[in-house]
Amino acid sequence: MEKNIEAITAKYRGDATRLMDILIDIQDELGCLTPATVARIAGVLGIPQVDVEQTVSFYHFFAREPRGRFAVYLNDSVVANFYGRAEVAAAFEIAAGCRFGEVSADGLLGLFHTACIGMSDQEPAALINGQVFPRLTPDKARALVAGMRAGKTIEELKGDKYGDGQNSHPLVRALVKNHIRQRGPTVFSDYTPGIALAKVTAMTSAEVIAAVKSASVRGRGGAGFPTGMKWEFARRAPGDVKYIFCNADEGEPGTFKDRVILTERPQMVFEGMAIAAYAVGADHGILYVRNEYRYLRAYLEQVLAVLRAQNLLGERIGGQAGFDFDISIQFGAGAYVCGEESALIESAEGKRGEPRDRPPFPVEKGYLQRPTVVNNVETLCSAVQVVLKGAEWYNRMGTEQSKGTKVLCVSGDCDQPGIYEVEWGFAVNDILAMAKARDVQAVQVGGPSGACIGPDEFGRVLAYEDLATGGSFIIIGRHRDILRDVVLNFARFFREESCGSCVPCRALTGMAQVVLERIIAGQGTAEDVARLQAWQKIMRNNRCGLGQTALNPIVTTIRNFRPLYEARLSRGDPRFVPSFDLPAAVRDYEAAVANG
Amino acid sequence: MASFVRFTLDGRACLAEEGAQLVAAAKECGVYIPTLCNYPGIPPKGACRICTVLVNGIPQTACTTKVVEDMAVVTRTPELEEFRKAVVEILFAEGNHLCPSCERSGNCELQALAYRYRVTVPHFPYLFPKRDVEAWHPKLVKDHNRCIQCKRCIRGIHNAEGKAIFAFGKRGDKVVINIDPETSKNISDELAQRAMDICPVGAILRKGKGFDTPIGRRKYDHQPIGSEVQA
Repeated sequence: MEKNIEAITAKYRGDATRLMDILIDIQDELGCLTPATVARIAGVLGIPQVDVEQTVSFYHFFAREPRGRFAVYLNDSVVANFYGRAEVAAAFEIAAGCRFGEVSADGLLGLFHTACIGMSDQEPAALINGQVFPRLTPDKARALVAGMRAGKTIEELKGDKYGDGQNSHPLVRALVKNHIRQRGPTVFSDYTPGIALAKVTAMTSAEVIAAVKSASVRGRGGAGFPTGMKWEFARRAPGDVKYIFCNADEGEPGTFKDRVILTERPQMVFEGMAIAAYAVGADHGILYVRNEYRYLRAYLEQVLAVLRAQNLLGERIGGQAGFDFDISIQFGAGAYVCGEESALIESAEGKRGEPRDRPPFPVEKGYLQRPTVVNNVETLCSAVQVVLKGAEWYNRMGTEQSKGTKVLCVSGDCDQPGIYEVEWGFAVNDILAMAKARDVQAVQVGGPSGACIGPDEFGRVLAYEDLATGGSFIIIGRHRDILRDVVLNFARFFREESCGSCVPCRALTGMAQVVLERIIAGQGTAEDVARLQAWQKIMRNNRCGLGQTALNPIVTTIRNFRPLYEARLSRGDPRFVPSFDLPAAVRDYEAAVANG
Repeated sequence: MASFVRFTLDGRACLAEEGAQLVAAAKECGVYIPTLCNYPGIPPKGACRICTVLVNGIPQTACTTKVVEDMAVVTRTPELEEFRKAVVEILFAEGNHLCPSCERSGNCELQALAYRYRVTVPHFPYLFPKRDVEAWHPKLVKDHNRCIQCKRCIRGIHNAEGKAIFAFGKRGDKVVINIDPETSKNISDELAQRAMDICPVGAILRKGKGFDTPIGRRKYDHQPIGSEVQA
């Protein structure tokens, strides 16, 4: 163990800002990060144990105890549950002989819950030792456990029915399918790497920024900040060392576009980063990818190597003196909040993913306190196409305030879940028809941090000025119990994923779940519903977007589906003190009786 | 010489040194902005949110805001006051705060803010979390029941070599402040005392130290918190 820790730490030159990489590699070697391992890492790095501990204990995929030879992380998202996740989970438990959160007695496998893993178009899905096992059934779960018992390797368990496109690439070999249902003109049109960069190097950096500005490219992560302006701020910020980050930490439940883009268009993403680097004057880029997509690592590294060999990365790119830019890949370790740009930067510095106070903004003081641009995967693709085809071409697509296209991730109750690249401005109804959805009760637009809307709003359009979305589009059928199957799942999600820094977010996410559970159990009152709504005002003063939107699943359903709440309210005397919880009061008694 | 900037506080024209922290600048001008996680002399971290004010109409934490020319700051509106009261109530409901048995009673900033905002019955569900009292340390006791995760100790207390003694662990409502077994090992009595003093509540106590001032004669027993700045 000792040797491994020292060797891995040395590989990162003992640099504590590389703690994420160090921890991921050490966990790969040792299986988990015990207190003794944490103490040893701290000793080798020369930093306090508590500082290592705060990073280790923040991320979902860092384990403190052995997880078995096969660590099974079964997705517990809303869509996974729509598609029979409970039955798959039960089959795993019976076959393994242990419950979720435990390791089987023989140490063969451990079962763990995990939040949305970016496979909403092929649920239920699990990550087993980092490999994706999509479209699971109870039979498949039983077969997997039997295979583990029979001594199969992870590759043997996977078999060879690899997915389409680059999912079958020798360095990927994933069972994942792309499900690209609609190819649009930006990301999924024909593309040859290098042409855009050649054009860019013939321009000045100011001209590149002007082009992106006149195309009105806006951030595709959901917030919609003007990209050209971001680049300009970073370019003007004083300092010789600047960074370009690509945010591929898509954690918004129901989103999976970055998975498909990184599988099919990684060159375009990297070229977009190089263009941004040229515009800003940066010489280093970091692609921050969520841990769930680690199965793409060898492939992405190879794509980078090829780009270097083609002189599209590295020194004197395109023969241009002074244009040096290279990209490294940083993996996360399971934290939704790291999708927030300043939390992402903190994480890349080896720390817990806690959003920073602003100002200063990352464009002034970002990664290692240097000016840093953080752009979404899809945003960078847009920039490449704007360079190739011009702002005028781009501006012909979309709406008044939302130019270009958007990659939508459609999932849930429909026949054709998958990727749809469409112009901004499509109505919800249009998308429902494309995805062949019937009997739709609601659509969750923009994921849990967005809004849950009903049929009376299906005429609304997807655009920054109407229904903004980072891509998540979850269709909820007539037969679903929205409060139990959707809202409660999202409430739990936010409680789990809060970084815990701001008081309202840390506490109210949990308190809201408590009140919601009471309502679902038929013990809530009208006062409880009013209280949940009132808490939204408090949440608005949280530091980051997660905290500000964490109650959206609840308040948007109260607004749009109030009868669902009212039908569940306690029918007793309204003057009755509702806080007495009978099931909770007799829980110990029930447990004692149940245990004989 | 420092240059001064003009700004307005609740409509009143004020002066402050350029780049001054808004909380401190307001205090200079006789305006009290309540704080909990803020502590003079240590880097701010807008964690508790109680100092939220309107800066040019936008909610911002005053502890992390620097005064600039022409900034228009509103510190008191019914909504802001309601929000601040809510933060105090939430903190009481989130932890296990049993004031009458707490060594810090009367000197506790959380309790004092509860008095200032006239908190009677919290309007939030008590969570009654299961938390530990950590008494293994030779100089300190950490009562996690009382901790409000303000991070003052994390930001303000370092050992002689400048290394961290306290740090966050976990996340969300499970967040906890850990003490490092190594860097805290040989801390001086003065540093232990400072750790206790810097804590706004009674979550960090120094071992082997009695309490000089009886309850009833402590700092906030008679004067509301902030009253030295503004009634």
